[in-house]
Amino acid sequence: MLGTQLTALTDGHPAGLTDALDLVAGVDAALAHGLARVGEADAAALASLAAALGTTPLADLVAEAVDKICAGSVTPEHLAALAGARSALLGAAHDALLGQLDAALGRGRVPWSPAPPAAPSPVLAGARAWLHEVAVTGWRGVDHELVAAAGTPVEAALAAPESRRLAVLLDGLAAELRACVPVAAMPQVPARRWADLWARGVLLAQDAGAVDPVTEVDRVDGRLLPLGVDVHEHDTAMQIQVHAILEPAAGGPPRLVRTAVGAAKVDTIVGPALWRLLQAYPTLLAALAQRRGVTVADLPVRGADLRWQDDRAQLDGPVDPFAAARVLLPGAQAAATAPLDRHPAAIAEPVLLEGYAVGDHDGDLVLELDGRPLAVAVDRLPSCGPLTPELVAASSACLGLLRWDDGRWRLQPLAVRATVKRKAVDVHTGDWACGITDAKVAKAEAKAGDAVAVLRERAGRLLRR
Amino acid sequence: MADVDDAGWARRSSVRVVPAARPRKLAKVPFVELADGRLQGVVSSGSDIERVYVSSLTSGTHAYHCSTNNNRPCGGLRGTPCKHLEALADEAILQYGLDRVARYLRVDAGDGVTTGAELLGRLDARHEPTQAAVVFSRFLRHLSYLEVPSSTTPLPELHWFPSTGAGR
Repeated sequence: MLGTQLTALTDGHPAGLTDALDLVAGVDAALAHGLARVGEADAAALASLAAALGTTPLADLVAEAVDKICAGSVTPEHLAALAGARSALLGAAHDALLGQLDAALGRGRVPWSPAPPAAPSPVLAGARAWLHEVAVTGWRGVDHELVAAAGTPVEAALAAPESRRLAVLLDGLAAELRACVPVAAMPQVPARRWADLWARGVLLAQDAGAVDPVTEVDRVDGRLLPLGVDVHEHDTAMQIQVHAILEPAAGGPPRLVRTAVGAAKVDTIVGPALWRLLQAYPTLLAALAQRRGVTVADLPVRGADLRWQDDRAQLDGPVDPFAAARVLLPGAQAAATAPLDRHPAAIAEPVLLEGYAVGDHDGDLVLELDGRPLAVAVDRLPSCGPLTPELVAASSACLGLLRWDDGRWRLQPLAVRATVKRKAVDVHTGDWACGITDAKVAKAEAKAGDAVAVLRERAGRLLRR
Repeated sequence: MADVDDAGWARRSSVRVVPAARPRKLAKVPFVELADGRLQGVVSSGSDIERVYVSSLTSGTHAYHCSTNNNRPCGGLRGTPCKHLEALADEAILQYGLDRVARYLRVDAGDGVTTGAELLGRLDARHEPTQAAVVFSRFLRHLSYLEVPSSTTPLPELHWFPSTGAGR
């Protein structure tokens, strides 16, 4: 990424973005208060939302929903319309921001090709009912009972593979609410975040909302060059998402792709132990830990998402992710986001930064290209890897993901080339995928014991009795 | 609840609302949680590998109880919390930090409190039998997560839940 590109990215917001986000904030506030009795300010905010969507296909649905909600009668259809309206605004914000990013970087993007919806799942009704109750109550009214009521729909959704996304989302949201009860006592609620999760949950819980991610329209062969790995986790789920360049065997331009594997977990499994939950994917983990390429054969792909199958992957020669990014990233073909997934929080675009100065802006670590600062998302450095804020501060090259939140772009580092004790080292978030390579950390981990093994022993003795 | 006072908190999608649990040894107390208005969990018996104790301490009222998972009362309860409850409180402090545990129980921990026993000592606690079944079934539910098969379905919603805490 060049200084001129960073300037193009950070010079001004896309037109209408601020207005769209203000409308979203209005919905967020209404959800914080609850829809049981909509106050004047919230009613005005919802009316503005309906007006803003007046020229879209959602116009009539949303106008009616807002009318009825403000009059005190909330049906599931009205809530679906409200969630849809909010998601449409954020989807548009996503498109505008990603368009700005593509224009700045000169990144080409293949449009999305529609897929047929999956069959409705019987577990969705329970989730819809809970989300309904939550919206009517409002975040500020959430109590132990309402949080506990999430248990049954989560369990049902988790048992059905096609509703895994919904299960993981609801469980993450419920855990946050549980920790915050009584929410009324909080100085402020994370209104944007919880409304994001609520709205996505409502859409995923619609019978027509489930687009089966397995619907494969495409299969690819080729060589995969991993750039870096992004790690996600909450109390009961984790996922690693590997961003990579795919050189298609059939020829054509390299493709910017990603592949995700994940596992259920519990809150006491944290840090490097996370990797042990992914032992079903040895080839992928070895590629990360050893920084090697992978030859893949006949892998399903939807948009940019390769669906990983370890038995269709073979380890290839060493790959320097920095070199791969330098040579192949500028010409790599990206792919559009699935329609339902469009939200600014979903933007995670790989970039390589070199030749920057490391700075400090009011305590925030920033990388400066031609004097233009880009804040580092140090809060997105995972505890399962060796990459620390200190290493980023000592770095001269950084591979990372561009992200956007609350009005600004930030860089989430996935790897750095840094100077430590006068020696150049490369440090990647995935370096410990096959075990901790730092003796001191390994010793501390060994002392803490194997959480997964202890819990499996307990499960073996106590479950199914 | 790290940056709850930050003005931008309400307008950000990716804020960490709940700090991740801190790593701790699980052998003695495999399960601790702050839920349903209680600090509750499961403590492995020191003498019988097949036995576990279910211990709980209610927020606000500070009523405590400890029994086996078959509802046999713990012999260590003699007008004061037993060693299982102390172990539970110790591990809760390790996992969540003293502040969060004290806030949840609604107790003013004050200075000089670092261990579970010291925290229990600050309470005007009383014994009140409760059913072990609720807590024990939550523990079994907890363990059942380890039996859920891993998956290659991308979970876009996890972008709201970044892993954090490098170098901790």
